[in-house]
Formats: sequence, structure tokens, C-alpha cells
Amino acid sequence: MPWDRNQMAARAAEELEDGMYVNLGIGIPTLVANYVGDKDITLQSENGMLGMGPFPIEGEEDADLINAGKQTITELPRTAYFDSATSFGMIRGGKIACAILGAMEVAENGDLANWMIPGKLVKGMGGAMDLVAGVKRVVVVMDHQNKKGETKLLKSCTLPLTGAGVVDRIITNLGVLDVVEGGLRIVECADGVTEDEICAATEATIVA
Amino acid sequence: MKKIHDSAASALDGLLRDDMLIAAGGFGLCGIPELLLQAIKDAGVTNLTFASNNAGVDDFGIGILLATKQVKKMMSSYVGENAEFMRQYLDGELEVEFNPQGTLAERMRAGGAGIPGFYTKTGVGTQIAEGKDHKDFDGETYIMERGIVADLAIVKAWKADDTGNLIFRKTARNFNVPAAMCGKICVAEVEEIVPRGSLDPDHIHLPGVYVHRIVQGEHEKRIEQRTTRKKEDA
Repeated sequence: MPWDRNQMAARAAEELEDGMYVNLGIGIPTLVANYVGDKDITLQSENGMLGMGPFPIEGEEDADLINAGKQTITELPRTAYFDSATSFGMIRGGKIACAILGAMEVAENGDLANWMIPGKLVKGMGGAMDLVAGVKRVVVVMDHQNKKGETKLLKSCTLPLTGAGVVDRIITNLGVLDVVEGGLRIVECADGVTEDEICAATEATIVA
Repeated sequence: MKKIHDSAASALDGLLRDDMLIAAGGFGLCGIPELLLQAIKDAGVTNLTFASNNAGVDDFGIGILLATKQVKKMMSSYVGENAEFMRQYLDGELEVEFNPQGTLAERMRAGGAGIPGFYTKTGVGTQIAEGKDHKDFDGETYIMERGIVADLAIVKAWKADDTGNLIFRKTARNFNVPAAMCGKICVAEVEEIVPRGSLDPDHIHLPGVYVHRIVQGEHEKRIEQRTTRKKEDA
């Protein structure tokens, strides 16, 4: 059985180690926060916060306290606030250990596309280009194939890039793959999924 | 010189003209200078360029200036929460220059700090890098980005003293600091003006040297995405 969204998020949470400062993207990456368990993880929100807490209890929403997805959130005893230039200083400067984010396409050389589809509505890259260029380790969480059944793990991206050669690890509904010299290496298969099934669902070169 | 004004219109008096570049603070609808934007709408100046991370929604934030077609160009990282914006953008009436969010913030900070350009690895190998100067440092490639110096900066803070020292609240600080820094002149709207000496000098977020005019007012502070959890889950 391929992993569902929550199982992918739980697998992604295994990437996080005690003491890490981490930035989570929107979508499945946001769910990763539910699976960190006892690990001491500090979440960064690029609009200017370290130590992001859960959604507020109804009635306690604060218009001055939102995350990068513009959702109301809460602070924690460890929280620190700062301005946008400082926020991206710590991102660009490599102080954030890991970013977990979604993708439309990933190529075998680690190229990532997740911000625009030519001819469709372009809303902008937000902080995605800064994050993938700056953080120490980039983990992508995505479905292995699109709704038409076409692979999203390609020899080279067809969409405009968010970053060139930036992805370290890909967690899909079928398993875990690392970007290595010469292509992608299968690290792990989802329960009941075989390496052959992953290869068949992947255009990118799979190396042993 | 007295910095405090009694209305947003007065705080902007003599500063507005057509075709100007305005840097605005805020992230989404959080920490936006809502009163000054309304006053700019009322002043009727047109062909404006805004350096602002976002473009508001249809009836709030910069969106109110899009409705009146006062905006010619946006320099932003993420837009399109607003139908009129998308219509003007798709029809070619509105120009949009996309900037990675951290690049936009640093362009403002740099412009305000007397740095006309800087090198960053953000966007190397992407569309953003096209036509920009590339340079290698220590074996890695970087692109040059220009500092932004705006004709006017408009920002929103929580508290000010009469000398313009500002304190922001929670994540409403965001782009307000770099936007204020990059303005040739900066107007701040605040929730409260407090007596001189009542702010702890160690806790000032933006020193008054960057802030030329201040106005106090009532803020709607609209929430864009209200997300909550049930009390029993807490």
C-alpha cells in the first residue's frame, strides 16, 4: 500500500533531529509538525518567527500573529519575533537546518520546480527560492505521480525552476529517494511497494 | 521638529505625487499601513509603483488602490489573493515584478543601509537570474540584486514615542522594518503614541531616525485565514 498524506508526513518527521530549527511548507509539510513526538524541534515561520505554536483556541485568534500561510497561530515560551530581512538572513545564511516542502516536479540532479506553471495563473514564489537556496537540507514531500498518472520525478524539470540542484531527499507516497551522483537512489519503499514499482513510476535515472 | 500628525491625510501632506515608488510594510494583511493606504486612495495620485510583499485583498490593503487603478506596478513575492488584481494583471494593465521574498526584504534593507547592490545565491539557475550579473565567490555562484530606495515608505507599528522610536507586535513586524529603512521619507501609523521616556530604550525595534512622521489611529486589523482548534483538543 502506498503511503497516505499522514504517513508521508510521519515519514518526513523522521528526518528531524533533536535541536533542529526547521521550516515547513504548506500542504503535507504542515502535517509534519503533528509527528515530531518528543523531539525538541523549533519551527521557523519566514514572516518573522521562531518557535511557532499550534492554531489558537477559538476566540483567541490574534490578527498580529500569523504564519507564512497567513493562518492564525500561537506562540510558545521559546518564541522569538523578528523582521523579514532578519528572517531571510537566517534562511540564506544557512542557520535553518532543514526545510520540508512540496513540489510539482523534481529532477534527478536535484532541480526543484514548485512555483509556476506557464500559461496558468502565476502568484509568485514567496519565500521558496530563498529557502531552497539557503537552508542546509531540503526534503521534498510529494505524490510520486500527478493526477494523470504521470511521474513527477524526471530526468529534467519541464517547469520553471525554484532552485537548481537544491533537493537532498524526496519522500513520496511510494517511498524515499535521495539525490546522489548520477541520479536518484531508493532509500526505502512504502509498505508493500517494491523497488520495481518505484522504478516503473519514475522517469529519473535510478542508481544502485 | 514635530513628527506627530493628527490624521493620515495630514501625515502624507506634500509627500504624494503621481509615478512615485512607495515601499509598504506588512505580510498578507498582517501589519499593513491600512490608514495611510486609505489616505493615498483619497489623495487620488496615480501611476504608483509599490514595493510590497503582497497586494492585499479586493477591499483591504493595497487592493483598495487597485480598484481605483492608482497602481501601475507591483514589486512583490506573492500576489493574487484578490480578483481585481488578477484581472488587471492578466489584461496587462498592471505590471508585476516578482522578487523572492528574502531578496525583496534584503533589497529594502540594503537600500536603506546605503548598499546599492548585493550578491545572493537565491534564484541562481532560475528565471529570476536572467539578465543579472553573476559572480563566483569561494566556488559558489551568486547573482547581483539592487538595493531599493523608495520615494516614500509607509509602515504600521504598535507603539511610538513622539521621536518616532517604534515597537511592533508579534509577526506584524515583518516587512515594516526594511520598508521603513528604504524610504527617503517614512510615515508610520501606530496604535498608540506614548510619552517620551516610557519605551525601554533597549526594546526599540526601529529607531526614530528612520521615521519622519507619525499618526495614531484605529485599526481594523483584518484576519486573512482564521484557523483555530477546539478547546478540548488543547
